[in-house]
Amino acid sequence: MSDVFTPTDHPPVTDWINDFDHTDPRWTENPFPIWDELRVASPVVHTERFLGCYLPTSYEAVREIANDTEHFSSRRVIVRDVRPEVARNAAPPITSDPPEHKPAKQLLLPPFTPDAMKKLEPRVRAICNELIDGFIADGKVDAAARYTKYIPVQAIAHMLGIPESDSDLFINWIHMILELGIKDESKLVQAVQEMSGYFAGHVEARKSKPTDDLISYLMNARDKNGQPLEDSHVLGSLRLLLIAGIDTTWSAIGSSLWHLAKTPADRERLLAEPELIPTAVEELLRAYAPVTMAREVMKETTISGCPVKPGNMVLLSFPAANRDPKMFPDADKVVIDRRENRHAAFGLGIHRCVGSNLARMEMQVAIEEWLKRIPDFRLDPAGTVKWSQGTVRGPRQLPVLFGKA
Amino acid sequence: MAERLRVHVDPDKCQGHARCKALAPELFELDEFGNAHEVGDGTVPAGLEDKAWLAKSNCPEIAIEVTEE
Repeated sequence: MSDVFTPTDHPPVTDWINDFDHTDPRWTENPFPIWDELRVASPVVHTERFLGCYLPTSYEAVREIANDTEHFSSRRVIVRDVRPEVARNAAPPITSDPPEHKPAKQLLLPPFTPDAMKKLEPRVRAICNELIDGFIADGKVDAAARYTKYIPVQAIAHMLGIPESDSDLFINWIHMILELGIKDESKLVQAVQEMSGYFAGHVEARKSKPTDDLISYLMNARDKNGQPLEDSHVLGSLRLLLIAGIDTTWSAIGSSLWHLAKTPADRERLLAEPELIPTAVEELLRAYAPVTMAREVMKETTISGCPVKPGNMVLLSFPAANRDPKMFPDADKVVIDRRENRHAAFGLGIHRCVGSNLARMEMQVAIEEWLKRIPDFRLDPAGTVKWSQGTVRGPRQLPVLFGKA
Repeated sequence: MAERLRVHVDPDKCQGHARCKALAPELFELDEFGNAHEVGDGTVPAGLEDKAWLAKSNCPEIAIEVTEE
């Protein structure tokens, strides 16, 4: 890549319907009324920003696109100001289309089944309690900076077999790829190079000394012809597991604690009925789904009656789909015991999140352990909640006070 | 006497969200990839009818059929 793009500030949005921008500060702060306005206007809206991009606003439009791999490619899964050259084996299988997608996905599925997650659960419970030990005596904490941030990163580091103490390094790469990289390509390039170098070292070390972890698992995996995976495939999948497994669940746990901090009735219900936590986790996933994916339009087609044209990206907003009142009664409310919940937080169709069972386990355990030790907490009126920008939405600063008000 | 229910997972639609297994573990099981199928021939034992409907109404891929026999 010779011409590295220089980041520019985006002008503020004045017309959401024809000029939406998911990096606008108002979207970052509170996207829900924006999605409601757009959904009433059209099931699919368009912006000239990001070199042209559509946004499906209804659950049905999101489902149609997710299930249509003929017209919509996953080769680019993040909407950016630029369209960097498509790299081979960028991050399979999330960046793969059929027919390459299925074999790449099947390689990753067995280590992430619910049964596999049960084996990891005690370590995650211990991680949560070690973190709480570090701040419980203070009477307050920035829960995003000292709790929710470190649970998924330490869990995935444990699975991959890399030092949990390198967590801050991983979090910085992810910030560069998913946030700064939207407008500054040099940050994206730098982070991908650093990650690849880091993993190449770990792969090399395992050639002489195999280990019982996900890195060795991928190195030993065979493709459908019985051949080992190319090094670039192994490194691409390792980058994916690290990126996809961290700030996503960091966000989901953070939004859950943010909701419980400001909603005493729901908190008290979960304290009284801890067996309701798995149901509550599904509702919190619906209401505050952190992940928005992307597709690239490859061939002209129509979605929910709206024409879409090649050359454009699609911001595939599972979070907006989850707020569609046609799909969910009281879509704008958190109904903590919602029984029927076909939410799309982990995507729909062949790209269903490989780590959904891991994320669910981490959310349940993180909420359970927090509530056991800090049953009463509230937002700190002297502090500010800050949200991440772009593809993954969740609190990055979440100051809370412990105890009853 | 109430009619007997039968559940079936469409393997072409299932994407392994595993909601059915979480909500009705008596009626569904997962393969090594985490994809679901019904236990046995899918016959729903008496008393588990609610769980069958609950699994169906929580499947994001609409992959579960419940039939009354």
